[in-house]
Amino acid sequence: MTVLLETRGLSKSFGGLKAVSGVDFRVEKGEVRAVIGPNGAGKTTFVSLISGRIAPSAGTILFEGDDITALRAFRRVQKGIAYTFQITSIYQNLSVAENVALAAHQPGGRASLEPLERVGLAGRASQIAGTLAYGHQRLLEVAMGLALKPKLLILDEPTQGLSDAEIVDFIGLVRDLAKDGTVLLIEHNMPLVMELASRITVLDRGMILAEGTPEEVRANPSVQAAYLGTG
Amino acid sequence: MTARIVALHGAVIVALFLAQFVASDYAVLTITRIMVLAVYALGYNILFGYAGLLSLGHAMFFATGLYGAALGVTRLGMAAPEAFLFATFCGVIVSIVIGFVALRASGVAFMIVTLMFSQAAFLAVLYFGDITRGDEGIVIKDGQRMFPLFGVPMNLADPVLRYNIALAFLAVAIVLCLIAVRSKIGHVLVAIRENESRTAMLGYDVKRYKLIAFVLSGSFAAVSGAAYALLFAYAGSTLASIQYSIHPLLWTLLGGAATVLGPVLGTALMFLLVDFASGFTSASLLFVGVALILLVLFFPKGILGTLRQRYWRWLP
Amino acid sequence: MAFFPHLLLALLEGTVAAAVLALSALGLSLVFGVMRVVNVAHGEFFMLGAMLAWFVAKMAPGGPAVGFLAALIVAPLLVGALAFVTERLLLRRINYDPEATIVATIGLMFVIQQLALSVFGADAKAVPAPFSYRIALPWFGFSGYKLFVVVASVALLLGVWWVLAKTKLGLIMRVTQFDRETATAFGIPVNQVYSAVFVAGAALVAIAAVLIVPIQQAHYLMGLDPLLMSFIVVIIGGLGSIKGSVIAAVIIGLSDGVISIFFSPTLASIIATLAVALVLVFRPQGLFGVPAR
Repeated sequence: MTVLLETRGLSKSFGGLKAVSGVDFRVEKGEVRAVIGPNGAGKTTFVSLISGRIAPSAGTILFEGDDITALRAFRRVQKGIAYTFQITSIYQNLSVAENVALAAHQPGGRASLEPLERVGLAGRASQIAGTLAYGHQRLLEVAMGLALKPKLLILDEPTQGLSDAEIVDFIGLVRDLAKDGTVLLIEHNMPLVMELASRITVLDRGMILAEGTPEEVRANPSVQAAYLGTG
Repeated sequence: MTARIVALHGAVIVALFLAQFVASDYAVLTITRIMVLAVYALGYNILFGYAGLLSLGHAMFFATGLYGAALGVTRLGMAAPEAFLFATFCGVIVSIVIGFVALRASGVAFMIVTLMFSQAAFLAVLYFGDITRGDEGIVIKDGQRMFPLFGVPMNLADPVLRYNIALAFLAVAIVLCLIAVRSKIGHVLVAIRENESRTAMLGYDVKRYKLIAFVLSGSFAAVSGAAYALLFAYAGSTLASIQYSIHPLLWTLLGGAATVLGPVLGTALMFLLVDFASGFTSASLLFVGVALILLVLFFPKGILGTLRQRYWRWLP
Repeated sequence: MAFFPHLLLALLEGTVAAAVLALSALGLSLVFGVMRVVNVAHGEFFMLGAMLAWFVAKMAPGGPAVGFLAALIVAPLLVGALAFVTERLLLRRINYDPEATIVATIGLMFVIQQLALSVFGADAKAVPAPFSYRIALPWFGFSGYKLFVVVASVALLLGVWWVLAKTKLGLIMRVTQFDRETATAFGIPVNQVYSAVFVAGAALVAIAAVLIVPIQQAHYLMGLDPLLMSFIVVIIGGLGSIKGSVIAAVIIGLSDGVISIFFSPTLASIIATLAVALVLVFRPQGLFGVPAR
């Protein structure tokens, strides 16, 4: 197994508040890694640091062994880190196909519809993205992530606002993605995480509380205390 | 590029070429002015219409071209073509420098920064009145507007020559705009306008694209300013004032932002309206104000923008 | 004149400018702070206030003092009424969209300016000061009215600060400023608050105009300068921060006064405009503003 992404001593403080402190974290190529934690545990700050949307206060980030700490967000995307927004962020006024074409860096051209096929939106390519149902907009967001052909796909709370039936479809989609890619999944939905993730990292108050397979994490007493609220 | 796009834009240019044979002397002069100013509006539209950045400081770039050309001819002893190239070069440099600084701000702050830089430039024109001759302005003498081109003597005071030079500028500007907006750059600019953070997270260097739009836009303004000074033999501080930053905004809004021909149409209509109005009132700017308010309230997409939305989806 | 008296005069003039500037900028800052829109016609409200002051002073029976007091009441009322109409018919209809508001108020700026030209004409109009007491200093005499302007401005600034910080009305405005949705959820009539703030901003700048017009004549093109100066003050002070606006007004007013007297007013304006552009670029929240969340 090769390490795809690594953080060493990654920290971020806002004013006096330490949102993320001293996180050492590794993602191996080909895994589906979930990052979970109670509200305010620093999950969103953590992925923002990895995707480059905010700059860390301390620590380094390595991607495929290269130090990317100082790279701006768009450069990290170019290196293969794709980020899908927690709050749906698509081009509302452009067609579904043009959304994906922009992601594939062929704007105005005829980009491959393969990403749309993978998420099941190929039939709606010419529709204006803003007129899609909410669940479909989330899928388009994922398709745009795929069109980037990323080495690491970060999904930030992808199932937020989806119906149960849509979540079932989504699980199938992520399994499919995991066959030839690496996924970093930030999620609230515990059953989903337990079912999908090969490994789970639990964040609490900006630090790693536990890490391991779903079974190990489930059995961890401090996780139960902090997150599951039992014990 | 589809045939009807080529046909439409080609037809506009051909019609303007033919107009000189039927128009009166006064109309020829008016259309010449409109064509020169339309280049300014076309450039403004790249930044405002396509990239979605509202600048209130483009008079600064227009004035750079204007004074670059006027001073080049009157002070630096350049022939008109040299002065034009010199002024354009100055415009490119000023746009790069100002763009680099101003684009650190966004939203309302960007608008105010551009306004402030432009106002500082306007005040500088007044402050260095010894050189710029302030309100009174620089008048280029007829002798300074004659130059040989490939051995053929040219005189910019000749209305027909002037008309065709202006038309050439406009034609080149339209073609460049068409190419730009249909290229990858144009599409990425629209993407930035529609959703900036998303575009950055798709791996596009948003700052670079915005700077490209800013410099293209500022350079068009400088070209227009330089042509204005040389063709109409005048450079005055009014042309550097805030009013001249607002004009291209109005022209673009009226004709239709983010349509290639919109700014040209808007410039023509507004110019004619003000020209018509100043026949019976000294408060012709009143029409500018009323037009802005009505556009924002009832017609935000402008003429061609509305036509595109309703009928001609293919319009670039 | 020797250096020290010259400097003293510059500082005194600068203080007067700063006081009026703080008042003008306060209106703009209030509107931006609460409504998140930039009113480009703010300077024309100022011009209109000055024109009305001239008109009222001319029409009012009795001496200049009566005219001045009448103007102090009539001008803010009428300008406030115009602001009310503007808010209802213009800003509300475009849903306070920041960009559309800028374009619409640019339009309004031209409309007010040109109508003032048509109604009042293009010549500058002098208004007599309500009293003509001069303070005799060892080096020069200084207008007592100018000092009155400073005192009146400070009193008004304190009044506005008191309303914002200590009253229920101020609390309502601060909640609205914080978040429109939250305010609505708390049962605050956001639309009325917006109207009130826009009217108050216009009334404040009209009062500033009435105060200044005995010192500086009224003219239909006089609005641009206070608009730009207010922008400068509001941005350097931090958009929406009243304390910042006042401090910035003092800095800008004093430096403007000193540079104007020792060098040239144009140079002073160039420096101030460049300063604001650079502040925005390197510290977008302003010197005293809080960074956006």
